[in-house]
Amino acid sequence: MVARYFSKVSFMAAMTSLVLLVGIFLVLTIYALDSISTFGLGFLTSTDWKVGADDEGGVFGGLVPIVGTLLTTLIAMIIATPIAMGIAVFLTEVAPPYMVKPVSIAVELLAAIPSIIYGMWGLFYLAPILQAIFGGSGIGVLTAGIVLSIMIIPFMAAITRDSMNTTPNILKESAYAMGATKFEVIRDVVVPYAKIGIIGSIILAFGRAIGETMAVAFLIGSVFSFPKGLTEPTTSIPVVLANNFAEATDLELSSMFYLALLLFMISFVVIFVAKWYFLRGVHHAK
Amino acid sequence: MQNRLKINKIILFLSTAAAVIGILFLLWILLTLIVKGVSTIHWSILTEDLINGGIRNLLIGQFVMAGVASVIGIPVGLMAGVYLREYGRNMKLVNFIRNLSDVMMSAPSIVIGVFVFALMVAPVNSFNGWAGSVALSIMMLPIIISTTDSMLSLVPNELREAGMAIGGSKHRIILDIVMKSAKVGITTGVLLAFARIIGETAPLIFTSANSAFLTFNLNDQFPSLTVAIYNLANYPDEASRNLAWSASFVLTVIVLSINLTGRFLTTHKKRN
Repeated sequence: MVARYFSKVSFMAAMTSLVLLVGIFLVLTIYALDSISTFGLGFLTSTDWKVGADDEGGVFGGLVPIVGTLLTTLIAMIIATPIAMGIAVFLTEVAPPYMVKPVSIAVELLAAIPSIIYGMWGLFYLAPILQAIFGGSGIGVLTAGIVLSIMIIPFMAAITRDSMNTTPNILKESAYAMGATKFEVIRDVVVPYAKIGIIGSIILAFGRAIGETMAVAFLIGSVFSFPKGLTEPTTSIPVVLANNFAEATDLELSSMFYLALLLFMISFVVIFVAKWYFLRGVHHAK
Repeated sequence: MQNRLKINKIILFLSTAAAVIGILFLLWILLTLIVKGVSTIHWSILTEDLINGGIRNLLIGQFVMAGVASVIGIPVGLMAGVYLREYGRNMKLVNFIRNLSDVMMSAPSIVIGVFVFALMVAPVNSFNGWAGSVALSIMMLPIIISTTDSMLSLVPNELREAGMAIGGSKHRIILDIVMKSAKVGITTGVLLAFARIIGETAPLIFTSANSAFLTFNLNDQFPSLTVAIYNLANYPDEASRNLAWSASFVLTVIVLSINLTGRFLTTHKKRN
């Protein structure tokens, strides 16, 4: 009797993941329906974001935050990928054994620091420095991208290291025995062996970065127009939601749900591809 | 021959340099936080509420919401992990759920906030602490599922078979033998999940919002440390910014202590 009950409950608990995922899709779609039926796919290519005079209606398009999201994420990936790869190689092949553990723990702890801290640091410390170098207000796509990159480096380094660690030692030792240098072992043994996992890790970090809110919210400027240069402000989907969601009503609110739905779908596809295709069997530290 | 060694040296140097650069930046952030935090913090901050320039109500509020989230998220997550590892017979379904749970783990936290807003804030037309707690529990759930799942996988099958041999029923074996031997690993997972949600901002901004007063009424808008930091840092006056720094410092100390406690548990167990 209890046994039956116990297994039933555990099955229901396991199903909550599925229910939640489907629930999020459904709820976001239902609330976005107003905007979807008004603007359709044109929402994706329109740059207008104007609230109607009577608080009803208005014209809304998502291109500016979509471009802003992709641009900041792209900058973050360009900076973070080589550094994270360097850290992962350092941890798996270069560092002397007594350094591996402390550096690993440091990297993992840094991945645990709340993103709002990164955002605040960027606003008060990095922004003035970038302002002095590049001019402008210090707030903009570049600053947001750099802080975002610093934030995802520990995450990306940790999961890339896990992928590289799956290379069997016997393969590496065989290569060393044939006189290969460390670099040759990395290039010809570790990277080919862990290639799929490494690509998966990069995609997974991309998925993290694209939905990141707080590290970007302080720094992107939250302005509804395309940036004219890298130091100019714009906005991104998570930032629009964080800053304007609570005050929005009617069609604007519905358009916000449309944006949230888009963001959810993008990150769903990205993460699913990373997990399903590239990262089967690699178990990552959380 | 010389060339190979040279290339090797250059590449290894670059990799070390990348590690140094990455770690320097991260140290810079930590040092800033410590210097700013220590210079602005004052005991009165911990004993006064936000309305009087302190963070007492914010800290309590953040812990209350994370606590309620744990009460929801931990049992559901544990049971789900048990199903995946102990009961699931259909491997296709089990792997599908595993992947969905992994996807949920990386889902943008702001979207979870939007989802909970639609379900729990819009219908009652008021921000409330319950909504914040539920949003945090949704963040927590996939982490608990995934650690329970992988910790149970480390329990040797011989233990389960021994339980069956003495006539234990399936759920008794799971509770008394399997879960017991995976206890430490699961506790670590729970602590890491808690450390993750206690520092979350995005899912709280428009679910619990924030309150300047000490309250335990989860039906109303609820004090949140992280949302307060976000608001304070955007104010132009020096006092608010300083309070944001002290609050960030306290938050980071809490997050890292919980995180380290969790890690210590596992390494300590390995040593014994």
